[in-house]
Amino acid sequence: MSTEETLQSKFPAAGLKCSQFRDNRRVVVPAESLQPLLAFMKGDLGFDFLAEITAVDYLEYEGATDRFGVVYVVVNTKTGERLVIKTFVNDPDPVLPSAYSLWKSADWLEREVYDMFGIKFSGHPDLRRILTPDEFSAYPLRKDYPLKGRGERHNFPVITRADS
Amino acid sequence: MPFDVSDLAELDAPEQEYLWTLNFGPQHPATHTTLRLILTLDGEKVVNAVPHIGYLHSGFEKLGEHLDFNQYVTIVDRMNYISPLHNEISWHHAVEKLLGIELTPRCKYLRTILAELMRIQDHLLNTGTCALDLGGFTAFLYFFQQRELIYDIVETASGQRFHTSYTRVGGVAFDVNNAWVDKVRSFIKGFAAVHAEVHRLLTRNRIFIERVQGIGYLSAEDCINMGVTGPLARASGVLRDLRKDEPYLAYADLDFKVIASKGGDCYARYLVRMQEMVESVKIIEQCIENIPEGPVNVDAGSKAVIPAKPSVYRSIEGLIQHFEVMMPNRGFPTPKEEIYAATESPNGELGYYIVGDGSPRSYRARTRPPSYVHFAVFPQIIKNHQLSDVVAVLGSLNIIAAELDR
Repeated sequence: MSTEETLQSKFPAAGLKCSQFRDNRRVVVPAESLQPLLAFMKGDLGFDFLAEITAVDYLEYEGATDRFGVVYVVVNTKTGERLVIKTFVNDPDPVLPSAYSLWKSADWLEREVYDMFGIKFSGHPDLRRILTPDEFSAYPLRKDYPLKGRGERHNFPVITRADS
Repeated sequence: MPFDVSDLAELDAPEQEYLWTLNFGPQHPATHTTLRLILTLDGEKVVNAVPHIGYLHSGFEKLGEHLDFNQYVTIVDRMNYISPLHNEISWHHAVEKLLGIELTPRCKYLRTILAELMRIQDHLLNTGTCALDLGGFTAFLYFFQQRELIYDIVETASGQRFHTSYTRVGGVAFDVNNAWVDKVRSFIKGFAAVHAEVHRLLTRNRIFIERVQGIGYLSAEDCINMGVTGPLARASGVLRDLRKDEPYLAYADLDFKVIASKGGDCYARYLVRMQEMVESVKIIEQCIENIPEGPVNVDAGSKAVIPAKPSVYRSIEGLIQHFEVMMPNRGFPTPKEEIYAATESPNGELGYYIVGDGSPRSYRARTRPPSYVHFAVFPQIIKNHQLSDVVAVLGSLNIIAAELDR
């Protein structure tokens, strides 16, 4: 039985959508089933390696119904099997359960998604901005954030030698 | 950014008064780039380390949404500038997977040679500076001279020493000639002697060993759980190498070993990197003697490919094709799909997650940088080491700040 079939039979009510594109095998899971699915994959199916967490803002994407897609790439290091798990969250309060309790690599990856998209991860031990300064107020990789920024760089406080 | 008192408040308040705080970086010779660590010390023992990153954040991923697949290659090679060509190969590997382009055999071999040269280049700098930070200047100079030869090879192929922007969708900018092949051959010939010399300088050098052995230990379980890949994971005994596990380019045809060690410390990482260079040389040897003839770029019938310059200047079809690819309001249809594609970069798994929306630009161009994931491990493995070990561990992790912050 393939991993997708196992997941389908384990979570029959979740309505998982499995597909394949090139060599990427993908499973789309509703946000409420994400945590049990990831825990099942880590615990029972041996997907012990979380390679990647990232997000996509579908604000300007043609035909998209949800605002944010969050992507997890998990690998079974014994068999080399790789699966892309995807879920969707929406405004006004995009929150997902943190995967930190399963994979420690989720720590900084989730912090980056929070920093860039404003998607919160409940249960994350230290959800702070990581790449932008703490006082930064926007989420730069959202599609409604302009490429040139909103003047943050222009108005950045400058300390001169005289007043330091 | 000025040092802010509020930064300190978020650290665990030192329970004992004798703990003191040291700000390491962002401008420190041993960080090589702009990294900043806030270390809590008990005497010289590191009790806690909090990395502060983002000093080089330049919004590369946002730029990737505004540049087309060929233009963005000028940005990706600025991420890991120690092995720039590998980033380009990795980026276009992902793009070609999205577009469904199968490379020509010659291009596959050419890119494999370049990727392995980049691996050597990266490991040369890393092992060299690792020794340099610990006081061994000679090895660094020997290795840097070899890097210089690789720059020459890359310059002969692309016209640029460093930020080459050499790959294109479906191929490379220019084909290589016999002079280039000879350069690679003569590099391989000379490399073994220098490699052996540095081996003699460092591998059994007692001063070096005492600085790196048993330092920065990382277990295999932690490596997998914390997302560590590449030479770091292999030095801890994790047998993962995407060149073997998910072969791309020409790696399936080639005979090479995956180097691993059980040590898990800085010394094991040094040994793994040293031995990987030997394997890379073997790969290059096999490729350079068997590099297939034929076109280097895929057929220009594919709408995504920039045509060769003679055809642009001398035929109307070539000119039209060039125009279609280059003009921002034209372009070629791309699938409305998403793809994650990863390659084994010198540092570990370098992945790209690309969302295509039908235009020749990516809707989202995410990089999975190995440095970023590896630096998250740092606070854990530096605990209870001496302050002077910070430099040794940083060197062995091979953190490239431009890739870390993007």
